[in-house]
Amino acid sequence: MTTTQTNNLKKAIEIDGLNFFYGATRSLRDINLNIFDKKVTAFIGPSGCGKSTLLRTLNRMYDLYPGQRAEGKIIYKGKNILDADQDINLLRAKVGMVFQKPTPFPMSVYDNIAFGVRLYENLSKGEMDERVEWALKKAAIWTEVKDKLNKSGLSLSGGQQQRLCIARGVSVKPEILLLDEPTSALDPISTVKIEELIHELKEEYTIAIVTHNMQQAARCSDFTAYMYLGELVEFGETDHIFMNPVKKETQDYITGRFG
Amino acid sequence: MDTTLAQSGRNPVYRRRLLVHRLGIFLSSLAMAVGVGFLMWILFTLLIKGFSAINLAMFTQSTPAPGSDGGGLLNAIVGSLMMVGSAALISTPIGILAGIYLAEYGNKSWFGAVTRFVTDIMLSAPSIVIGLFVYAIYVANVKHFSGWAGSIAISLIAIPVVVRTTDNMLGLVPASLQEAAFALGAPRWKVALTIRLRAVKAGVITGILLAVARISGETAPLLFTALNNQFFNGNMNKPMANLPVVIYQFAMSPYDNWRDLAWGGALLITFSVLGLNILSRTLFNQKSQH
Repeated sequence: MTTTQTNNLKKAIEIDGLNFFYGATRSLRDINLNIFDKKVTAFIGPSGCGKSTLLRTLNRMYDLYPGQRAEGKIIYKGKNILDADQDINLLRAKVGMVFQKPTPFPMSVYDNIAFGVRLYENLSKGEMDERVEWALKKAAIWTEVKDKLNKSGLSLSGGQQQRLCIARGVSVKPEILLLDEPTSALDPISTVKIEELIHELKEEYTIAIVTHNMQQAARCSDFTAYMYLGELVEFGETDHIFMNPVKKETQDYITGRFG
Repeated sequence: MDTTLAQSGRNPVYRRRLLVHRLGIFLSSLAMAVGVGFLMWILFTLLIKGFSAINLAMFTQSTPAPGSDGGGLLNAIVGSLMMVGSAALISTPIGILAGIYLAEYGNKSWFGAVTRFVTDIMLSAPSIVIGLFVYAIYVANVKHFSGWAGSIAISLIAIPVVVRTTDNMLGLVPASLQEAAFALGAPRWKVALTIRLRAVKAGVITGILLAVARISGETAPLLFTALNNQFFNGNMNKPMANLPVVIYQFAMSPYDNWRDLAWGGALLITFSVLGLNILSRTLFNQKSQH
């Protein structure tokens, strides 16, 4: 593992000995990994390697489904978020998530943003207007929707819907954003917009992104984790992983000889 | 291997497939024609016999006494509206809440599985059984027929319809939409009510309208509960006239004006139900297009 410059970086999340089970099937094996503050960490690997599963442990999304459980430690702000006493709703307010398919709520563009903000903050009408505008600007979609704030979120195009979802994720001012293949359902132009967005968002947020697109990982991440069959094969700075991987499996995957 | 289009038309495999295709189309068209044919026959008979009975008196006068001339259906129309209306008010909240329960928790618990199973049985239970049930537990105890008893009986028919549609509709909401709400830190009740239910609002309303359509033609349960009332009555605690029972009694009577009124009432119910169905359909289509 290339740890040349990582020692002086601040850790946002420390994953220590994480195992994950779907019923009796173990789908993550002893994962140890740091996600660094205000950096983009990409998770790559063939389908079923556990990268989405890993992402979904970070906001405990798996908790919705009985039979799924995680063991080990995920330290965030000095606390193991896998502990039973962790307030899951508060955790999710701090660790936002954007999904593969755009998921606008069946309400207006404005309310799509305001929904999340209202959960934890009591803002006046004026403050809420400002917050909605701020979030939509952060997600680089304000100019496109500023005249359609009262239209249904479902009336936007796919790429706009996905940026609306990113705006919604940003609006509650989380510290970490989890992106689960955020561009796989989008056209190339929308993809470019979202990648540019990731680049800007990392100034303020820690980002973890799962992607099937290796160029995307290379383009927009600082660190890359290559996973295979539930194990973390290699983790390091993206440049190292792509130019000079230590493990042969990693090399085979990124050069397309496998996967 | 160069076959032209004309040559492949003589291919025996292709010809056999074409024959089966034509036979299939013919048989399904025939089945459709039989179904639609009878439906049209019923509607036309109803229109021809019922239309002449529809006049102002039908909406302004109550059911006539045996042997007297004229008369209308005012008491039956008002009675039906009151009973169906209150049944809708009773069954909508119960049905929606039970449907939400099933969709949220019904897949995991023993109680949910039993509830869903019983709801399915109730959906296909003969309505006369429900009428007898309400007769036994309510009418027999208070010792008189009443509008409330009728309303309770038809509520019991409507509730499973609303429960099932709500449950089914909520089941169509993609898991990702709910996860997106949970990912913002929303508590479960909020996700259920403001995201999931909202996403299928049109479908749930359709379910309610269809339930109302279903109960507005029910005769058997009312026969044992609301009975009938020859006079105008707005008191739900007393026996109440209603269209289905009036039709049932008048259609087999020896009086011409009674039989005419029965046809008129039948036409009225049929077209109200038709109207409700069309309304629910347009509503559902509009909302689901966005």
